[in-house]
Amino acid sequence: MSQTAMKLEPVIRPEYVRTTLPPVKTGAVEAPLPFVQRMFAHAIVRRALVLVALAIVWEIYGRWLDNPLIFPSFTETLRALWDNIINGRIPQRLGVSMRILVIGTDLLSTLTAMFNPMPAIALLPLALLWFGLGVPSLIFVIVHSVLWAVALNAHAGFLAVSETQRMAGQTFGLRGLRFVVQILIPAAFPSILSGLKIGWAFAWRTLIAAELVFGVSAGQGGLGWFIFENRNLLETPGVFAGLMTVMIVGLFIEGVIFQTIERYTVRRWGMQR
Amino acid sequence: MKHMPTPQYPDAKVKPLLEVDGVTLQYKTRDHLVTATSEVSFEIFPGDRFVLLGPSGCGKSTLLKAIAGFIRPTQGAIRLKGHEVTRPGPDRMMVFQEFDQLMPWKTVRQNVAFPLRANGMSAGEADARAVDVLEKVNLTKFVDAYPHMLSGGMKQRVAIARAMGMRPDMLLMDEPYAALDALTRRKMQQELLDLWDDIRFTVVFVTHSIEEAVLIGNRILVLSPHPGQVKAELNSHHFDASHQGGAEFQTLCGRIHTMLFDETQPAH
Repeated sequence: MSQTAMKLEPVIRPEYVRTTLPPVKTGAVEAPLPFVQRMFAHAIVRRALVLVALAIVWEIYGRWLDNPLIFPSFTETLRALWDNIINGRIPQRLGVSMRILVIGTDLLSTLTAMFNPMPAIALLPLALLWFGLGVPSLIFVIVHSVLWAVALNAHAGFLAVSETQRMAGQTFGLRGLRFVVQILIPAAFPSILSGLKIGWAFAWRTLIAAELVFGVSAGQGGLGWFIFENRNLLETPGVFAGLMTVMIVGLFIEGVIFQTIERYTVRRWGMQR
Repeated sequence: MKHMPTPQYPDAKVKPLLEVDGVTLQYKTRDHLVTATSEVSFEIFPGDRFVLLGPSGCGKSTLLKAIAGFIRPTQGAIRLKGHEVTRPGPDRMMVFQEFDQLMPWKTVRQNVAFPLRANGMSAGEADARAVDVLEKVNLTKFVDAYPHMLSGGMKQRVAIARAMGMRPDMLLMDEPYAALDALTRRKMQQELLDLWDDIRFTVVFVTHSIEEAVLIGNRILVLSPHPGQVKAELNSHHFDASHQGGAEFQTLCGRIHTMLFDETQPAH
């Protein structure tokens, strides 16, 4: 009982002062790292290793499938790439694409072209070959168009989470999945949200374009098909009505849905103005 | 040091809470292996306000991170209550210098309750404890505010409340007041001492300010830079804010200053 009544007092210990410090046994304060570790510090070396690993997986899968019509192996792809570079077809086509890019001169379109180098719609012929005419093909190209934008943003967001916030989360004893869900995702939420915004726009664009180019899917035409039909009938007001619907849907998603999400999350938390 | 009380030498009954035993800390940069501290040893006893003091580059923050469990020593060991520290845990709560240590997506109350909930406390109990500890740091009015609405000093108070709410074995503070203005800093220092006087906890406090060290600490570990080595362990339990500016306070500060900056003149 007397223990609890007493206030905790730290013990007083004798002082000491060291006039001479012992020699440092670890040698130089800054010693160069071994060669292998220094090589691994370069992102380019690690990335090259990842690329090699991916190429090996691709090659193995391609050989196992043994069906170059559906999924050619890595070496077959390389050979085709090499042949087409030698006979000048890829450089010529690349030149045409680049010329359009330069003529466009619009900075924004240049940036979009840089960040979205593989147009999802260009994958549609391949998707049709793999999944047939119908919804699965559309889903495939839409996933392709959304995935990279969201992944790029989320990754950038995770990288931007401050070291302090990470360490604070770890002192609470959070690890693994709980750390990701309770610390990293909310901390990176502004970036994830902007990724979703870009991703949604990509998806919407791709969907309309796919319908425009390849028409009916699963027996029912969508908005893109509506625009295409009206164009064929030379009903230009109909084309404009279709385009306007595309815009109105875009405005609604951006102005109502995303704005509401932002108001109740990132702006309320002071993470975004 | 005329009026210094006779030291009570630690007897066998008082066990150190934390033992830092010959700890060498090294970390890697892009091309170098940097030695932050070399064979540092000290003991922290229950109720200590233990200050790690030294110029920048003496590895004091690295040492604190090692105690927190973020860095493993390359040599030596850190033991808390006899058990070796291997990873961060809620028994050693840390308060950082940066204001962004609070989670912006949670209110003040939720921020304080969060680590309690994460360690299995029920929602009601965690909330009650959060409100209670926030009252201790005079933030009752701001329990439902979001961190971005608070001033720097208030954010630090929330961080201290969050750490204290866990009732850790020791509180680790990494230059918590360095980013505050001088007046707020002085107020916060006094509040910390009052809080310590009220609930008596063990705190390890990192600073590069000699005055702050003498004021806050009862025991000061003086570290030399490049790499950090122990220069001295000094007592300062007999000083509080009322002594600040007094002759003896200044003498001790001057003594430490000489130790840290005057390499030619041996400390005495």
